[in-house]
Amino acid sequence: MKLIVLQDYDEASEWAAKFIRRRIIQFNPGPERLFTLGLPTGGTPLGCYKKLIEYYKSGELSFKYVKTFNMDEYVGIPRNHPESYHSFMWTNFFRHVDIRAENAHILDGNAPDLQAECQAFEDKIRAAGGIELFVGGIGPDGHIAFNEPGSSLVSRTRVKTLAMDTILANARFFDGDLSKVPTMALTVGVGTVMDAREVLVLITGAHKAFALYKAIEEGVNHMWTVSAFQQHPQAVFVCDDDATLELRVKTVKYFKGEPERSDRLKSLELPFEGAQ
Amino acid sequence: MPSNKSVSDEPITQFINCRILRHHKLQREDLWVRGGKILDPEKLFFDEEGFADYRIDCENRIIAPGFIDVQINGGYGIDFSQASDDYSLGIAMVAKKLLQHGVTSFCPTIVTSPPAIYQQVPMHYSHIHTWFIVMSWASVLRIFPFSFSPPLSFVLPQIRVQNGGPDGAGILGVHLEGPFISKEKKGAHPPQFIRSFNIGAIADLLEIYGQLDNVTMVTLAPELPNSGPVIQELARRGIIVSLGHSVANLSQAEAAVLQGSTFITHLFNAMLPFHHRDPGIVGLLTSEKVPAQNRIFYGMIADGIHTHPAALRIAHRAHPKGLVLVTDAVPAMGLPAGCHSLGQQEIHIDGLHAYVAGTTTLSGSIATMDMCVRHFRDASGCSEEAALEAASLHPAELLNLTHCKGTLDYGSDADFVVLDESFTVRETYIAGQQVWKK
Repeated sequence: MKLIVLQDYDEASEWAAKFIRRRIIQFNPGPERLFTLGLPTGGTPLGCYKKLIEYYKSGELSFKYVKTFNMDEYVGIPRNHPESYHSFMWTNFFRHVDIRAENAHILDGNAPDLQAECQAFEDKIRAAGGIELFVGGIGPDGHIAFNEPGSSLVSRTRVKTLAMDTILANARFFDGDLSKVPTMALTVGVGTVMDAREVLVLITGAHKAFALYKAIEEGVNHMWTVSAFQQHPQAVFVCDDDATLELRVKTVKYFKGEPERSDRLKSLELPFEGAQ
Repeated sequence: MPSNKSVSDEPITQFINCRILRHHKLQREDLWVRGGKILDPEKLFFDEEGFADYRIDCENRIIAPGFIDVQINGGYGIDFSQASDDYSLGIAMVAKKLLQHGVTSFCPTIVTSPPAIYQQVPMHYSHIHTWFIVMSWASVLRIFPFSFSPPLSFVLPQIRVQNGGPDGAGILGVHLEGPFISKEKKGAHPPQFIRSFNIGAIADLLEIYGQLDNVTMVTLAPELPNSGPVIQELARRGIIVSLGHSVANLSQAEAAVLQGSTFITHLFNAMLPFHHRDPGIVGLLTSEKVPAQNRIFYGMIADGIHTHPAALRIAHRAHPKGLVLVTDAVPAMGLPAGCHSLGQQEIHIDGLHAYVAGTTTLSGSIATMDMCVRHFRDASGCSEEAALEAASLHPAELLNLTHCKGTLDYGSDADFVVLDESFTVRETYIAGQQVWKK
């Protein structure tokens, strides 16, 4: 497990975007060889998406041969609802880049048979050869995707009832009206993400500091589902200084170590080994 | 087209690198078009898994809904109120020329005219009476080897409501400005043809106009006796009733609004001047008697001549959502300086001024719609969005056409104009097709 500490949100976003860029370019995807990428929604990855769009617009990166799988989607709100994750992905990412619609996969929260939809999603991931890089964020309670506290750490894609904390926190997006907030979601399981060859978790802001502490300094715990990635062979946590507030000085110093922060970003600059 | 769950085989065009006017804001967004309509790219992406066949780089320009002119008397030497042998060709020519000014649809306007202009009139009305008799006798006696049809002296039935395209801007319907107007505020209208309503009211109106099938709007003076039932009947038929060429006081104007009028013809012009104890028709802009759901629109000739910039600002600040830019363009629009005909009268063009010949009475403008948009923006200091909407969204709202015109909303007709930073028209599109390019 790696913990990359950057100065602030912007730097963490840039680092994550450059990391994704490097992975895609090194993979050298083509028509017969798509790069499979797992993607999150929410406020944390927004900066990272902005950077990826910049790289696309400047011609450094293409998503033509990238196949994406989103982590989750609400159940029962219209696809074009501004708070749906379809809308989020369209507005903040897909419409700006050259990804092909048939390669962008998001769970359908309005499917007639939700369980079949979840199974089909797992099947599609398998058919795509598994996920090369899964990018995720976490909630203040340490949940990854909608794997709320208490979720099984070997769970697969499924229907999930949202925790009361999540519903209350979401009410602000639904006119402050609790009755409008979705109470269920479809989400990949912790096990689904664990199967990815590499996992990149973005954690920024002081309000996520306790979750980061639980994720990396405490043991694996199904009440803090992101802690499962301690056992992933290729997991990278990217955070900003604020998110380290609950960590021990020793931990932060160890992970900050060498190379210096300024070099961390530099190490991902183009061109790098394996670039086209 | 390139989609595996396609709902349509028609090609998809994506206009990129532009600022588009949507939801009252110029926003950095692409504009997608298929089958002549604005396409929702999100639905295309998720439902059809489709993408664009063509991408057009707009070089950072503005895309706004096509301009709609609800009051235009003619242009390029063509007078919509004058009969001629090739009347339809004349209209078609103006419709084509309007494309370069960003106008994608318009309402040809017929000013107060002799009855024969509106319809094939009963004999006693007209001087063509004699002509008819000669011709029918000629026909009977076979003086000429061919059978004769009378010349199409009546013009109203010759104007066809039609969609726009490469051949010209669309025609939404006719705006009949008069003859039921005030003699005192006749402006450039010939007084001998001005009429009033008798007891018959709507019957009087139909007697003059003949039919209303292709009529979108009627300008009348509400103070004329018996106007109430006329306004109500026109509104019931979905025809816009506009108040103008009138000496109505505010309460008469308010009554007309309650009866169904929704528009004011060229505000400030050909009506009583604003007076603080009786603001007249102008007072409708801030009237408390107009119910909130009855939005009043008002035509504004923003050519810098017909309305002083200060008056323009007063109207705009009092009621920004009702402002509809109109050109009120006369046949001399697009022609060089000199003498030209409007309806039954001679007019004289001097610079940007058009006068009734020998007088200082203004006789409609020779400004084009794109000039009006620019002047309105500069004179009022309004936002770019407000200036563009006054020539697109507002007239569409007035005509109840927002489901297909006046916006770039998904599903709307892909009628739009590409403008540069200075609001110069660079390209005009109708139904997604480029119909003019600078």
